[in-house]
Amino acid sequence: MRKESGDSVVSCSAWTGGKEDIGKEMRAPVNKIIPFSAVDGYGNRTAVFFQGCNQNCLYCHNPETIQECIHCGACVTTCPAGALSLSDAGRVVYDISKCCNCDTCLKTCTNNASPRIRHMTSKELLEEIRAYLPFIDGVTASGGECSLRSDFLTEFFERIKKEKKTAYMDTNGQIPLWDKKELLAVLDKTMIDLKAGTEEDHRKLTGMGLENPVENIRRMAAIGKLYEIRTVVVPDVVDNARTVALGASLIADVPDVRYKLIKFRHYGVRSEYAGIKEPSDAVMEELRELAAAKGVKNIVVT
Amino acid sequence: MTKDMTKDILQVIRNPKVTFNQRLKDMAKIAENSVELVRYTEKSREYFENGAMMDMFEGKTPYRTRYCVPDFELFLKQGSKFLMLEPPKDIWEAVGNLLCLYHNIPADGGLPVYIGCLDRLLEPFVRDEAEAEKAIRFLLVHVDRTISNAFCHADLSPEDTRAGRIILKLTKEMQRPCPNMTVMYREDMPRDYLMAALDTAMTAAKPSFANDVLYRRDMGDYAVVSCYNVLPIGGCGLTLVRLNMNQLPKLAKDPEDLLNRVIPDAVTAVCDAIDSRCEFIIEDCHYYENTFLYQEGLIKKDKEHMIGMFGFVGLAECVNKIMKLQDPGERFGHGAAADLYAEKVMKKMKEEIEKRPCKYGKYGLHAQVGVMEDSSLTPGGRIPIGEEPELPYQITNFIRMHRDCDAGCGELFPFEKTAQHNPQYLADILKGAFSQGARYLSFYGADSDLVRVTGYLVKKSDIERFDREQMTLNEATVNGSGASKNLHLLDRKVRGEEE
Ligand code: SF4
Ligand code: SF4
Ligand code: SF4
Repeated sequence: MRKESGDSVVSCSAWTGGKEDIGKEMRAPVNKIIPFSAVDGYGNRTAVFFQGCNQNCLYCHNPETIQECIHCGACVTTCPAGALSLSDAGRVVYDISKCCNCDTCLKTCTNNASPRIRHMTSKELLEEIRAYLPFIDGVTASGGECSLRSDFLTEFFERIKKEKKTAYMDTNGQIPLWDKKELLAVLDKTMIDLKAGTEEDHRKLTGMGLENPVENIRRMAAIGKLYEIRTVVVPDVVDNARTVALGASLIADVPDVRYKLIKFRHYGVRSEYAGIKEPSDAVMEELRELAAAKGVKNIVVT
Repeated sequence: MTKDMTKDILQVIRNPKVTFNQRLKDMAKIAENSVELVRYTEKSREYFENGAMMDMFEGKTPYRTRYCVPDFELFLKQGSKFLMLEPPKDIWEAVGNLLCLYHNIPADGGLPVYIGCLDRLLEPFVRDEAEAEKAIRFLLVHVDRTISNAFCHADLSPEDTRAGRIILKLTKEMQRPCPNMTVMYREDMPRDYLMAALDTAMTAAKPSFANDVLYRRDMGDYAVVSCYNVLPIGGCGLTLVRLNMNQLPKLAKDPEDLLNRVIPDAVTAVCDAIDSRCEFIIEDCHYYENTFLYQEGLIKKDKEHMIGMFGFVGLAECVNKIMKLQDPGERFGHGAAADLYAEKVMKKMKEEIEKRPCKYGKYGLHAQVGVMEDSSLTPGGRIPIGEEPELPYQITNFIRMHRDCDAGCGELFPFEKTAQHNPQYLADILKGAFSQGARYLSFYGADSDLVRVTGYLVKKSDIERFDREQMTLNEATVNGSGASKNLHLLDRKVRGEEE
């Protein structure tokens, strides 16, 4: 299901969970952890952002999470705080204690990557967030695209369930989840993107087809593991009414699933796409009405 | 206050910025401060002079308590001989009686800092809900326009009542600062009611939430009044004397000396001052005997109901100064050694207070939030604005430093508006914080367009760009009132979306 050019993104042996990992502890590249988040699912959640994505959306708000670092070294030279260095093996090493969060490295990188990645085991990740557990309903795996790490997530979520917390995934839906039995056993809910309403629009916007996201939405809804679907409304780029019509038809009959309609915003978007218009409130309202008319009861516009 | 009384009087008379009632009060303050009759000890005088202690502008000749917390429930049950009021028979009479009493409370400022646990008081009178709403609106509007002081505080019980629902609804709708409001939170309170309270909190910046289990343990039947002060119902906070902990390092040789010598010395100074002021209020002024509240049993003159409030501010500055901490990773709220030491200081202070016999009633430890004149001084044991760590660590630190604050403490957290779609978010934080031993939390919704709408990260560079744009927009409209300017209140870290 991965696109050609995306293969380099997902080729790092440390986290594919492939055969070469047997005997080794699984690790996943973590870009960032937000301790308390009000916008990543039910209640208060710790959001964990994994590096690497199998889509390449025009308006991606975090393009630096799309690719894995190729260790070209360019950002090592521009970092003003000496937080980055090249190891003898020619790999970028990140020292979180020196980093001043200036984002210079992100601006330097022409590869849509970030050097500020920690490759963590599921145990390390749990220990990292342990202090947050009393205050949260659970965790949300996000990205990039977290379903690229499904083996890792299975392990991580098993630990989360032992702590009596809930496990959510925020996914673009490109990787079929329905046959991942072990993951589903420890996963509470998914939040799935529906970025376009036609195959053509979806390919134009994301570089990937529409089939898997739709099938994932259907199947997760059917087994009660769908929390919400999300559509970012981008004027002129795709036919937003068709997206919403499709989304509404998928969830109208499923109780409790919410439709989140998100205004496209400029923050973080790559400069070549900064010209994309932000939708007006009137457009958002029309789409809300459209979803409501098709029978969706729980709609959030944000 | 200058030395020249004529000048002071003229200033008050001509001040164009105050109402007539305020002018009257300011005149009274001048008269009160023209004589000094409280008999302070040498130790107290020393600490007033070195700046490590202050009397909170309560006045030099206190003839009333700072806070007075009448038993309104008893008042509604028995009416009042003095005020010539029968026990109310319907909600209008109840509201009317309460208003009469509000205007007859002998406390500093002449206005009540507590107007009762309103839902508990009024629920027995709710028959028709529309009628009740009318009466409660009448009460709230009256309180807002005549008491008009954000120190005036109403409480709500953890029970889901019709009166409570109406109060929350009106609070959300009216968006007025007075009265301030606290819900006594319990883990077993009805979820739906908690959600309604949080929903109101996100729009109106109130109610706040008190840990009912903890305060009930410490104070029995309690009320949250004024700025997060906690006092027993039917009691008085006689006076509040404040220790300015940021001034303690200059009296100490090193951290050990501060802990073992200066803290006990300072506790003596503050407790002495509390005793001296209480003595004047009780023995010289016969405060209790001179008010019908005491004669009718609405306030009690016994050990459990007379609280001498021991306030403190600037724990953070104290620790950073005496340990000479510059590195952001080592300062109070961040460094393990600093926090451990701070905790020891607080424990020591509590021990010293407990050791000391109290001349009247008992001492209560209160984390004070500051006065307008403070600058570079952090409330109670909070972490300075601009230095806050991630929210979970800020809450944990707040809990650690305020364990013994039986007479109240508070912490404020601004939240991005996006949390409004998700009141459960706040419910989770409340539940977590209170289960870990937090005493009190307030939330308020911060306005910002930079929203982490969903599923993506916010980069610092974006926030900075956004701030630059906002600054040019806001420059003219920022409310530069004294308190917010001096205390950097506007710099407070916005929660919910932060990195
Ligand atoms: S799926 Fe998300 S992370 Fe991946 S490219 Fe699209 S917007 Fe970016
Ligand atoms: S954000 Fe990047 S460039 Fe800036 S200090 Fe950190 S690692 Fe270096
Ligand atoms: S983050 Fe980008 S610029 Fe830095 S080494 Fe990796 S690929 Fe090169």
